Amino acid sequence: MAENGIGVSVLRKEDRRFLIGKGTYTDDINIAGQTYAIFVRSPHAHATINSIDTAAAAAAAGVVAVLTGDDLAADGIAPLICGVTITSDDGEPHRAPAHPALAQAKVNYVGDHVAIVIAETLAQAKDAAELVDVDYSILTAVVDTATAADDGQPQIHEEAPNNICFNWPLGDKAAVEAAFDSAHKISKLELVNNRMVTNPMEPRAALGEYNSGTEEITLHLTTQNPHLHRLVLSAFNQLAPEHKLRVVSPDVGGGFGAKIFIYAEELVVGWACRKVNRPVKWTADRTEAFLADAHGRDHVTSAEMALDEDGKFLAMRVMTKANLGAYISTFGTMVPTYLYAFLFAGQYTTPLIYSEVKGVFTNTAPVDASRGAGRPEATFMLERLVDVAAADMGLDPAEIRRRNFIPADAFPYQTPVVQCYDSGDYQTALEKALALADYEGFPARAEAAKSRGMRRGIGISSYVEACGIAPSAVVGALGAGIGLWESAQVRFNPTGNVQVFTGTHSHGQGHETTFAQLVCEQLGVPIENIEVVHGDTAKVQFGMGTYGSRSLAVGGVAIAKACEKLIAKGKKIAAHALEAAEGDIEFADGNFTVTGTDKAMSIAEVAFNAYVPHNYPEGLEPGFDENAFFDPLNFSFPAGTHICEVEVDPETGVVEIVKYSAVDDFGKLINPMIVEGQVHGGIVHGIGQALLEGCHYDSEGQLITASYMDYAMPRADNVPSFDIDYAPTDPPDNPLGVKGCGEAGAIGAPPAVINAITNALGVKHIDMPATPETVWRAAQDAA
Amino acid sequence: MYDFSYHKSDSVADAVDAMQKADDGKFIAGGHTMLPTMKHRLANPSDLIDLSGIAELSGIAVAAEMVTIGAMTTHAVVAASAEVQAAIPALAKLAGNIGDPAVRNRGTIGGSIANNDPAADYPAAVLALGATVKTSKRDIAADDFFTGMFETALEDDEIITAVSFPIPAAAAYMKFENPASRYAIVGVFIVKNADAVRVGVTGATVCAHRGKRLEAALNDNFSVAACDGVEIPVDQMNADIHASAEYRAHLVKVMAKRAVVACS
Repeated sequence: MAENGIGVSVLRKEDRRFLIGKGTYTDDINIAGQTYAIFVRSPHAHATINSIDTAAAAAAAGVVAVLTGDDLAADGIAPLICGVTITSDDGEPHRAPAHPALAQAKVNYVGDHVAIVIAETLAQAKDAAELVDVDYSILTAVVDTATAADDGQPQIHEEAPNNICFNWPLGDKAAVEAAFDSAHKISKLELVNNRMVTNPMEPRAALGEYNSGTEEITLHLTTQNPHLHRLVLSAFNQLAPEHKLRVVSPDVGGGFGAKIFIYAEELVVGWACRKVNRPVKWTADRTEAFLADAHGRDHVTSAEMALDEDGKFLAMRVMTKANLGAYISTFGTMVPTYLYAFLFAGQYTTPLIYSEVKGVFTNTAPVDASRGAGRPEATFMLERLVDVAAADMGLDPAEIRRRNFIPADAFPYQTPVVQCYDSGDYQTALEKALALADYEGFPARAEAAKSRGMRRGIGISSYVEACGIAPSAVVGALGAGIGLWESAQVRFNPTGNVQVFTGTHSHGQGHETTFAQLVCEQLGVPIENIEVVHGDTAKVQFGMGTYGSRSLAVGGVAIAKACEKLIAKGKKIAAHALEAAEGDIEFADGNFTVTGTDKAMSIAEVAFNAYVPHNYPEGLEPGFDENAFFDPLNFSFPAGTHICEVEVDPETGVVEIVKYSAVDDFGKLINPMIVEGQVHGGIVHGIGQALLEGCHYDSEGQLITASYMDYAMPRADNVPSFDIDYAPTDPPDNPLGVKGCGEAGAIGAPPAVINAITNALGVKHIDMPATPETVWRAAQDAA
Repeated sequence: MYDFSYHKSDSVADAVDAMQKADDGKFIAGGHTMLPTMKHRLANPSDLIDLSGIAELSGIAVAAEMVTIGAMTTHAVVAASAEVQAAIPALAKLAGNIGDPAVRNRGTIGGSIANNDPAADYPAAVLALGATVKTSKRDIAADDFFTGMFETALEDDEIITAVSFPIPAAAAYMKFENPASRYAIVGVFIVKNADAVRVGVTGATVCAHRGKRLEAALNDNFSVAACDGVEIPVDQMNADIHASAEYRAHLVKVMAKRAVVACS
């Protein structure tokens, strides 16, 4: 193993620049002649626009331009797109109303984009934006997920009767019904998966620059996927030809999914910088982030499990209404369908599953992927339902899980909901987690808590998720408009140092370190001689970006493949230089050697030789620079058991998490420290959803939780120290033996927390966020 | 933020003079409420008169029976004051739990009570301790000072100079925090003196108030059980997404009981 290779907790290479204030975020970049943009946004959730009078704003001090949806359309800029088509139960594609980047004739949520005001200074742009006079006729808003599709609701889009985008069934309805008819017991649960605002620390920003000489637009964006932005903005929005559009995603301060999507502001800034022939900068303030970032979750679900006499799961039925918001965001249709229902088997052998997901429009911000994206919703539903079933059957929650686990020797395991899990050992993770959590000692701790007037509870969540997104053939067959491979280029410079170009993007995950370790291990180059480059379509050959915990599982493999090509090429060069047959050259620990001799060349010497090819024979190509594309064979299936222990104060409803244990299977770990950080962050995200975070609109569609005064984010004192361990398996479908780890905590944690609270109070269910009042009321009802 | 004229005064008289000359002036102390409001363009004062340069407004003086805190004294200074910690530990603790370190290092006691946010901590202490609010014009008794939501007895050109707190026999403050803002959903400050019990309640209603029903019960019998029998009027409670009126009324009682325990 190399000194800083695979399995070593190398300190993060990127942290130096962040810690000394030398990170470069989009808003840090300023270009000579730069102007500032403010978006005029709808103050109403649902209204028709009778007129927009921009005259006063256009005449205000310092104003460069005031542009509206008519200007955008006149220039042939196309509306925003949805990347995945879902077939509805009538055999038709999902209803896809136009999503104009600047509203035309109608606004559909508070924060919807009406006009852009561009001025010499930010203050002038803000002043002028107040002068844009929009005459609205206010319409009744549709806000509630559960009732949005009911008869008699106002219609948001003509193209979508009853506000229904799609009604998507999965599974054999009749077979599931038959299984329910003959079941020993049926457990039922109604639940809400609370809407969340994703809240990356850095708000979104866009800086567009147009070069009238080269006719190229350069867009600096806070994106997780610069090439995907370039592709969509070019091919679908007609912003500019792909070769005349450069997207740069510099340091990005967190994404968590919210920076995947192609947003109105990004398209409009890209277009406007050419229109006014000046650089244009827009940076969201925190209020805009709350109003106009895509939100996450927001499901209303009814779930049932049919069981036999032994507590074995016979069949499951799930009916979900998923709120898509006012328009379909880039991946808005995929999250509550493929990323959700394909996980309904969880870790269990449930042979029959039927589900229906109804995607509904409401007058709220678009809803799309947020850390976990569909899988937290699936896991919360399933792991809560399993606890309800355990209570109904009089079984310990650990025991009912044991009875239903997919056995370790059953992999690869084809679930009834499309996914085929490549590896897993669920019972080992459970038993390890039970030991870590001292599950056996819990009754004594509960008794001790009772004597202090507190109620103690323990909750288990055994999750599996599908990430490492995704095999192009699979997503293509399902209606995705893109492939989900990844690409890498590994380039030696003549002096022996290495640049690694990856199409993934790091916005906090530590790729510059993890990927360098991978190359260090494979090529034997010291880690300080390796630089990872990402986030610029002019530097990086191509890529699909970072989301769905795909960077290592897909992008890392592409890097490894490029390294393999370098080794193969290096053997040819070494054979020439060492005057040996290529077949006699071996590579190990950074050195090419001739078998059975002491003749050797370091890989750095080979690199130099490759660029100084003074006596190369015909057929030996100079240069030491290889690229590779990798399309995964399957999704990646991280899994594990999380156990949460809480103490509830029945007098106030305050929940304290007193112990949290997590045992995960992420396959092989490249940098255990970084993985642990990802696990911690994911769990905190999940605890946030379970206890604190809830996005609220009032009945008129005004966002009540539009700042941190009302939207509760988890803080250090809301969480305990975590007890983390691993139960790895070797995934045969991943060449590196790795699985994704970035979302697992946010997927596993919410049901662990809620199962602990329901256990403490002896109640069937409690909705998230389990705020003190919610818990207090549940405690009152239970008493 | 809209344009405004900025004045930095070096004396109370100068600040009062600047205010009298302004169209629609505002005094600014720590600015932790004023400046965000202006940044959101929700306030548009013609003039901001900065009190931070007036040396006489800062500082803590402890006498035999009284702690006097200058209006511009920050929460952090009050929290860290050994004298306040010794004389009225509940007050030092209250100050040390306002907002976050940035707020505590800028926010002032005078700014807090002049703003009279319904969920601010200091008003509960001012009421329960029977403090006197000293101003550029007069002395105002705590019971006369807080008049409504963000409303006080202060006149437009009147500056708080200090707050004098009588040192109690025992006192405790129990705060139930809003999980998002960490302001008080309910905060109850109880003072137990030989002659009487006083209760200040914040967060629960339109502005901080004396908990007279609790006082009556506790004067009779200073015990947790006494609080149990008190009816907290639900119809006067605030309600929002974090806490209903019913829950707030319940919390008033729970926080009162916990403060009684801490005072006993």
